Amino acid sequence: MQKPIIEVSHLYKDYQTALGPFPVLKDVSLSISAGEYVAIMGPSGSGKSTFMNILGCLDKPSSGEYTLDGHAVSELDSPRLAHIRNRTIGFVFQGFNLLTRSDLLDNVSLPLVYAGTGKRERHQRAQALLEKVGLGMYTASLPNQISGGQQQRVAIARALVNQPRLILADEPTGNLDSKTSEDIMRLFAELNDEGITIIIVTHEADIASHAKRQVRFLDGRIVHDSYTTPSPAAAEMEPA
Amino acid sequence: MFGAMLGEAWHAMGANRLRTFLTMLGMVIGVSAVVLMMAIGQGAQESVKQSINAMGSNLFIVLSGSRTTSGARLGGGNAASLTVQDGEAIARLEGVKAVAPVSMGNAQVIFGSSNWATSIIGTTPDYLDVRGWNLTEGYSFSDSDIRSATRVALVGKTVVENLFADSDPVGKTIRIKQAPFVVLGVLESKGQSLDGRDQDDTIIVPLTTAQRKLFGAQFPDSVRMLMVQAESPQTMTMAENGMNSLLRQRHKLREDDEDDFFVRNLTAAAKSAAETTRTMSLLLGAIASVSLLVGGIGIMNIMLVSVTERTREIGIRMAIGARERDIMQQFLLEAIMISVAGCLIGLFLGIGGALLVNLLTGASIVISSNAAITAFAVAATVGVFFGFYPARKAARMNPIEALRYQ
Repeated sequence: MQKPIIEVSHLYKDYQTALGPFPVLKDVSLSISAGEYVAIMGPSGSGKSTFMNILGCLDKPSSGEYTLDGHAVSELDSPRLAHIRNRTIGFVFQGFNLLTRSDLLDNVSLPLVYAGTGKRERHQRAQALLEKVGLGMYTASLPNQISGGQQQRVAIARALVNQPRLILADEPTGNLDSKTSEDIMRLFAELNDEGITIIIVTHEADIASHAKRQVRFLDGRIVHDSYTTPSPAAAEMEPA
Repeated sequence: MFGAMLGEAWHAMGANRLRTFLTMLGMVIGVSAVVLMMAIGQGAQESVKQSINAMGSNLFIVLSGSRTTSGARLGGGNAASLTVQDGEAIARLEGVKAVAPVSMGNAQVIFGSSNWATSIIGTTPDYLDVRGWNLTEGYSFSDSDIRSATRVALVGKTVVENLFADSDPVGKTIRIKQAPFVVLGVLESKGQSLDGRDQDDTIIVPLTTAQRKLFGAQFPDSVRMLMVQAESPQTMTMAENGMNSLLRQRHKLREDDEDDFFVRNLTAAAKSAAETTRTMSLLLGAIASVSLLVGGIGIMNIMLVSVTERTREIGIRMAIGARERDIMQQFLLEAIMISVAGCLIGLFLGIGGALLVNLLTGASIVISSNAAITAFAVAATVGVFFGFYPARKAARMNPIEALRYQ
């Protein structure tokens, strides 16, 4: 295994409520190496989404250490965090979260706008990634003109456009049917084969089984952490 | 990067065209109102200024007193109390630059087959200096023409247009009340006076000629009016006091006698007219500025709605690497674009409106680049000022909550 891209130790997160602080994450420690493919599972309210937000530099822990790619995240200011979200991490959401008014090419190239990339290069790279996810024909379409599965592939293309080392996917198949879900999971597997670290949050066991490592949350703690390497045959035979 | 943001702001404006247009309308109305009001206000000031310049500066009019006939008091200028010698004495006073006695009347004037009724001013050569009036052609009469009461005339532009269709008036002989007069010169155009009279509809002849050969005089040398020019605005009070005491003395009035003459300060009247128009145009501008303010508040209102509506979009942008600064810029840019676009349209409408006002009413307007630049700067400032709060609200959103927003 390579050196860890993510190193979390003794992470706590409390939400301030009217009844006082409510603990969501309690003493979470986890190390993920570069190139891993991890599924984070757990029921609603187990803290897995909060954990994901902290990993994605969208939220800060109440206490504990988080080191991402060698940076102590808690010491970084807001523009630095934005820079990490732009360069190091690619997000994929359950609801796709494309900009509805922009065409697919503009959607995919948007992270490059914030990276300060020139227009010509933005469009070239976005075009290349749309072709990679099989949507090269639809660059001028709007998100509402294509199917949900296609939208999620556009979102993945957008996540990839700045060549991140890490993809964070929050319930990426939650809004998709099982056939389309399989397509998306296959795409993640390909990306992982190319060396990109992938972390997906899901509550579906069959989706999680595509990952090489399963981490289970319950009541703000990690209760299970194991490695599996599913055979492609097994994945295809799972019931729809 | 800036180009991309400009494009996005353009997209955002196009996404809800009606709303963008209505928001812009506030600015359009505000800016066009300001431009229009400034054009009309400055135009009014300009025309007052021109009238003052045309009248001559630092002027007094001295009229002879009123006369009482069978208990009816006639107006000022009817008593034969002022004389040419009074004028000569006033001219020697300290602070007085020049004096021109004036005797006026109306007469029918004939040239060839044309005829025209106009006002005749009998006066001395000093009159042209006092009024600051130049000749465009020919030359003026001299003191020797006064002494010998020659039949010579200077004609105003309106008279020229009505009597001499195409021919050159200088050297021609016209008939005033049947008597032949040789035209010596043509007066330059002065336009309307403050009270709207056409100052070019006049003929100037030597005072003595007017009195002896056109209108007659109650007594030799009596005049109805003296035009007095002070040396400078500073000597006006001194000149006025000097005139009053000099005329009382010359007319042998006792301590408790009323003045048998009137002194009118024309410049003061003009100044107050100028002051009034200035205040009016300031007031108009201020009222118009209020609509600009209202337009700005409209922009702020819509930007706040827009920020709330696009909460999710803001969350997405933050998640993929937009800094607070980027979000701030984006919304600020949108506000400024709406504001500036509204301002441009307003500028054209305002200028168009001003030209229309000029066309329909003939009121003079002044469209200064200053007014346009000011309106533009104000619009951009309004955009930044009223766009700032919504933009900051957008930039300070918590990305997680923004992403969850439905």
